[in-house]
Amino acid sequence: MAYDVNGTTVEHDEEGYITNLSDWTKELAEVIAKEENVEMTDEHWEVVNFLREYYDEYQIAPAIRVLVKAMKKKFGPEKGNNKYLYELFPYGPAKQACKIAGLPKPTGCV
Amino acid sequence: MSEGVKKFLYVNRKAPHGTIYALEALEVVLIGAAFEQDVELAFLDDGVFQLVKGWDTKDLGSKNFAPTYMALGDFEVTKVFVEKESLDERGLTADDLMELMYEDEDDDWAEKPSIRIVSREEMARIMAANDVILSF
Repeated sequence: MAYDVNGTTVEHDEEGYITNLSDWTKELAEVIAKEENVEMTDEHWEVVNFLREYYDEYQIAPAIRVLVKAMKKKFGPEKGNNKYLYELFPYGPAKQACKIAGLPKPTGCV
Repeated sequence: MSEGVKKFLYVNRKAPHGTIYALEALEVVLIGAAFEQDVELAFLDDGVFQLVKGWDTKDLGSKNFAPTYMALGDFEVTKVFVEKESLDERGLTADDLMELMYEDEDDDWAEKPSIRIVSREEMARIMAANDVILSF
């Protein structure tokens, strides 16, 4: 299974998470988002970029509770809440946004 | 404490490399914490080496999970007990350990240290006070 990014193929697992984390590009993110029926806006990118920075620092994807708390701290309570994040990523912010960000499935995500 | 929340203590006794125990323990801890269980960690025997700062696994060809310990605070794992006798026996002091911090949301996000050095005797009391003890 693979995504097609302008003719380049990028392998992914049965749930759509990319196999090799270093394959990620912004173009790939747009392709994954399309598969997920998510239209990427600046607000979406804010979360995706945040997740990538988090992973870079801790080598782990944050659980939803952790993401909410960290977003609240960085962007304030109007963005650091479940409702806001679920509006951006209806199928689970941690899960869906991590997939678009090219990270592994978050620890503790069922 | 709300109904259904149990106190979990994860006991780490093994060095970070050579076996999968340390990494597996850390992942289980983060999963437990994501489900809002009350999680405490204990490091004793060779387990104290897991918290020594500056290690990485580049030459071992395995995932470098040293930075992941720094995420424990975000997952609200704020009680990390390290046994003093185990440090002493290995020529280590508190200064050799990573600075694990957590931010106290109720105290204007003040950064506070998560690691507490405890004696063997205190460690026994901590173990007795938990509902579930998982040893790695």
